[in-house]
Amino acid sequence: MRRAMQTTPKSAGSSVRYGTYILVWLALIALTSLTVGVAGMNIGALTVVVALLIAAIKSSLVVNIFMHIKFEDMIFKVFLGIAGLILFIIYALTFADVFIRK
Amino acid sequence: MSQLQEAHGQVITSAEHLHRDAKGAKIGMWLFLFTELLLFTGMFLLYAAYRYIYSAEFHRAGLETNTLIGAFNTIILLTSSLTVAISIAAIERGEKRLSIAFLVTTVLLGFLFLVNKYFEWSSEISRGIYPASPKLMEQSNGENLFFGLYYAMTGLHGLHVVAGIIVLSSLVVLLVRNRITQSDPVKLENAGLYWHLVDIIWIFLFPLFYLIK
Repeated sequence: MRRAMQTTPKSAGSSVRYGTYILVWLALIALTSLTVGVAGMNIGALTVVVALLIAAIKSSLVVNIFMHIKFEDMIFKVFLGIAGLILFIIYALTFADVFIRK
Repeated sequence: MSQLQEAHGQVITSAEHLHRDAKGAKIGMWLFLFTELLLFTGMFLLYAAYRYIYSAEFHRAGLETNTLIGAFNTIILLTSSLTVAISIAAIERGEKRLSIAFLVTTVLLGFLFLVNKYFEWSSEISRGIYPASPKLMEQSNGENLFFGLYYAMTGLHGLHVVAGIIVLSSLVVLLVRNRITQSDPVKLENAGLYWHLVDIIWIFLFPLFYLIK
């Protein structure tokens, strides 16, 4: 039984320790406090940039550790990269349109 | 001896087969998540374009949303992502009871998020803030658009939380009945991926609707 278990291929995330997850969670909570704190400061147009930057850092923590992308095969990273590239193109073209028309 | 080897060989083949299936299932899940991302992207694009055109009105309207409830709900969802991740890690270590306990916690946190949403929306609706309300119709286009997007985007996100709660609750039953096990945890892993995506969308909704000042 035990041997059979050991020969079963481990799934990608099974090597992640509980402690790692808790550390990531603490970082996410800290970043949330940071983004609320920064929103109270008067830094003008930078506010939304900083807020989105912090949101992007939080997302990458969730994607890499909680969603195991860091430990997955290359194919998952390629998928994510292509999806990200398509989203970037959609956003860039839309923004170009809106900015030019104004 | 040869029988034993055969039996052992079978274990390996079936395990390998299982592994391939699990990978395919996970790839399918990620493709589904990308379509979800596109669904929300349309709304984020609208938000960005209107915020650029009506920036002063968006700032005024943003003062009306409740930052405290928004921050509290952010912490609830982040914590629920932690608990579902631990639930998956637990079943992968064969710790069934721990896995069930953390999955039930995740579902409860999802409910708590919706309860907060209920009180939040009730308070806003009672103040006359809802799509096409007399109060908003008197105000500028920009404020009306802000709250239209607010209700559409947080509402669609809320529906995803409801869907996630239904899926995770049924997985609690599958865990109890040993249909999700240490050697076959992919259903729980995929449901976890969905729940994390719902969390990520909220990570962006929170600063865009609650932190404009």
